Amino acid sequence: MKVTQELFKGIYSSNPVFRLMLGLCPTLAVTSSVNNAIGMGGAATFVLISSNFVVSLIRKFVPSKIRIPVYITVIATFVTIVDLIMAGFFPDLHKSLGIFIPLIVVNCIILGRAEAFASKNNVFFSLIDGLGMGIGFTLALITISTFREILGNGTWLGMPVFGSSFKPALLMILNPGAFFTIGFIIAFLNWLDRKTSVSS
Amino acid sequence: MLISIGSIFISNIVLAKFLGLCPYIGVSKQLDSALGMGMAVIFVMTFASVATWLIYTYFLAPTTQNILFMVFLKGKGAPPDLTYLRTISFILIIAALVQFVEMVIQKISPTLYQSLGIYLPLITTNCAVLGVSLLNIDNNYSFIESLVNGFMSGAGFTLALILMAGLRERIELANLPKAMRGVPIAFIIAGCMSLAFLGFSGLSF
Repeated sequence: MKVTQELFKGIYSSNPVFRLMLGLCPTLAVTSSVNNAIGMGGAATFVLISSNFVVSLIRKFVPSKIRIPVYITVIATFVTIVDLIMAGFFPDLHKSLGIFIPLIVVNCIILGRAEAFASKNNVFFSLIDGLGMGIGFTLALITISTFREILGNGTWLGMPVFGSSFKPALLMILNPGAFFTIGFIIAFLNWLDRKTSVSS
Repeated sequence: MLISIGSIFISNIVLAKFLGLCPYIGVSKQLDSALGMGMAVIFVMTFASVATWLIYTYFLAPTTQNILFMVFLKGKGAPPDLTYLRTISFILIIAALVQFVEMVIQKISPTLYQSLGIYLPLITTNCAVLGVSLLNIDNNYSFIESLVNGFMSGAGFTLALILMAGLRERIELANLPKAMRGVPIAFIIAGCMSLAFLGFSGLSF
């Protein structure tokens, strides 16, 4: 029971993007297409699971005063691995994500989970927590990018959704569209929460 | 000049490049704290740009100027390519720098430390600082250009943060739908601001 609870809390009740407001920069920057969103989500999930694993393993040996630099070094190592793997196997994706791959290092979700969860819990639960948070992050990215790509480009994962008469709203692909989309999604979730809490 | 106008208005770090959004949403509730955060970011970002540029050019880049190359290989053979250490070394430099700035401010001005204290550690994970350092390298900026870009990007961040804080202080009083209050409306405002800043992209020199 506890395992599923840890897994699902990252996906809905404390979704890193929509609830905790963490990791907003990549969320808004790479979600102009679903393809990029999946790439970013995958990369971040890998880093999240690996760094949670290592941080949890070394949690007893790291003095609390220098824990943050230690965690950042662990995270940066995995980010470099992802960076090199992506450059080797998915050069196109690597190019379109650009600077945001090295910036996974400072994605607050990852350091946040290392500090708040992995440094206090055993290895198994840390892995589960990393997986849940990673999935939650990826789903959030996919949700935002779905809206933006369909409205702004008329496609989903590169496949056309509407007929040829559809005029895409370019704004949604540009920066303001990202802000509007995430604003409305968070407002919708707030509304949903109030609705369910009133009825129950 | 071109870089300075460019990095404040045309490619504003927050509104056009999406860097540093966490503090942008988190610290923009009050004008005072927004100003403090902005100043801290300008300070750290300028120093970080300079420090990372120096480290990259003289220790990591595969050029004949590389100090490690000169010392350990005595200038013979091919210069080593250490650019894959970029991410790790930059983030450590920034973390050390932030710690250093924190200590200096604590010593020099305890009152400033009181008001900035909680924001300084956050700057380490502010992706704008690392982002600007990486962009300096990616764009092949010279030393002076990196310095100017670092400072001006910080100024652009502060500008966006202060504008946002001013707007949010007003909007607190507005009668909004309950679900929109707080963060959602902040994002909508940011969207409108980003739209306005998009107008600058027509500027050309």
